[in-house]
Amino acid sequence: MTTDRPTTLLAELTHRCPLRCPYCSNPLDLIRAESELTTEDWKRVFTQARALGVLQLGLSGGEPLVRKDLEELAAHARGLGLYSTLVTSGLGLTRARAERLREVGLEHVQISIQDSDPENAERIAGVSSVKQKRAAAAIVKELGFAFTVNVVLHRANLDRITEIIDLAASMGADRLELANTQYYGWGLENRAALMPTREQVTRAKTAAEAAVVRYRGRMQILFVLPDYFEQYPKPCYGGWGRLYLVVAPDGKVLPCHGATQITTLTFDSARERSLEWIWQESSAFNAFRGDGWMREPCRSCPRKAVDFGGCRCQAFALTGAAENTDPVCTLSPHRDIIDAAIAEPAEVEFRYRILAGEPQRA
Amino acid sequence: MPLSLDAVPHLWRLARLDYDPARQRPVLLYPEGAVLLNDTGRAILELVDGKRSVSEIAAELSQRYQTDVTADVADYLSHLAERELIQ
Repeated sequence: MTTDRPTTLLAELTHRCPLRCPYCSNPLDLIRAESELTTEDWKRVFTQARALGVLQLGLSGGEPLVRKDLEELAAHARGLGLYSTLVTSGLGLTRARAERLREVGLEHVQISIQDSDPENAERIAGVSSVKQKRAAAAIVKELGFAFTVNVVLHRANLDRITEIIDLAASMGADRLELANTQYYGWGLENRAALMPTREQVTRAKTAAEAAVVRYRGRMQILFVLPDYFEQYPKPCYGGWGRLYLVVAPDGKVLPCHGATQITTLTFDSARERSLEWIWQESSAFNAFRGDGWMREPCRSCPRKAVDFGGCRCQAFALTGAAENTDPVCTLSPHRDIIDAAIAEPAEVEFRYRILAGEPQRA
Repeated sequence: MPLSLDAVPHLWRLARLDYDPARQRPVLLYPEGAVLLNDTGRAILELVDGKRSVSEIAAELSQRYQTDVTADVADYLSHLAERELIQ
């Protein structure tokens, strides 16, 4: 049981996506269309989320525009009073669909870009996409949505961070999220190709800080250092099961989008249980609440109230036990795993995301 | 930087005032974030309309509460301006 109420629901409406980005945070085992929740399921989930305390809704994926019922879902969310963000590649955002989404009260659109250099952007996305993204951004601006540009940063685009920031501003972004790659799912699979050098990270930090000042009042810029290069781990979403929940395309309810990789946990489905029951009672949500589960060095560390031991998914993926200290922490006995990954020789080939057993889509 | 009393603030274009039925609190919502408000915070933000100056907002609330709240109102709005939630 907990007295905390979640503030944010990330609804992964589908794993289907026209893009094939090698850093995708979706799991390697992508969920197929036939296993996705129905329109009525999602509406029920949103209603339950609102009652539980959720204020912010991310309509995400995969590519949420793949869902034909997106407009109906956005309308339902707005009717509940949720502040919704469409998290999209921009592909499939036609004027007709954007106008309809505006009509039903969607407030905020986030479009990803891969790089300022068009050729490299398409190499990263794995598909032709730059033109469609620019067109989508223009429609979003014209219709008056709140507009965020999101860029995942890594070895292959970090050196152009200033050009990327200027591009986002020229697209008319109100906000720019500069998100350093997190190594989960496909990102972990591609870590050796995505890992920046320490020099790249240092230069990018300086450039981002200068841009924050330059664009103040016009475009908000969020830049967070990649955790591999930090001394202490991130407090993942304010701690496990405290503020945040994710519903996967098949209805599994997760404390974060990477949680399914912790194979020692069992996740309940919104098909069978209410969100409130899952939040309050489920074994997965209670597994890492509080600090009773912690091992040393977290257990006796004063920072445990600051970062909650870091990311459970990263601890599991890299050390084999989700109870261990997140290995990015310099106090962790497993920090050598991170240092070795930073020092790893770079690979140039991406392993693009693909649905198992399906032919590569162009 | 504190807002001057002559400044005419407006809510960030991306933010809106609402009510959270689960916590029974007024709330300021914006992309990827929310500030839970108390009734005083709501009373101030309801007057932030891009027409009234900080001193006009303060005067109206001072009259309503029968005490001079100018310093509190200016502080509160400056704090939100620092976070770019009002401009």
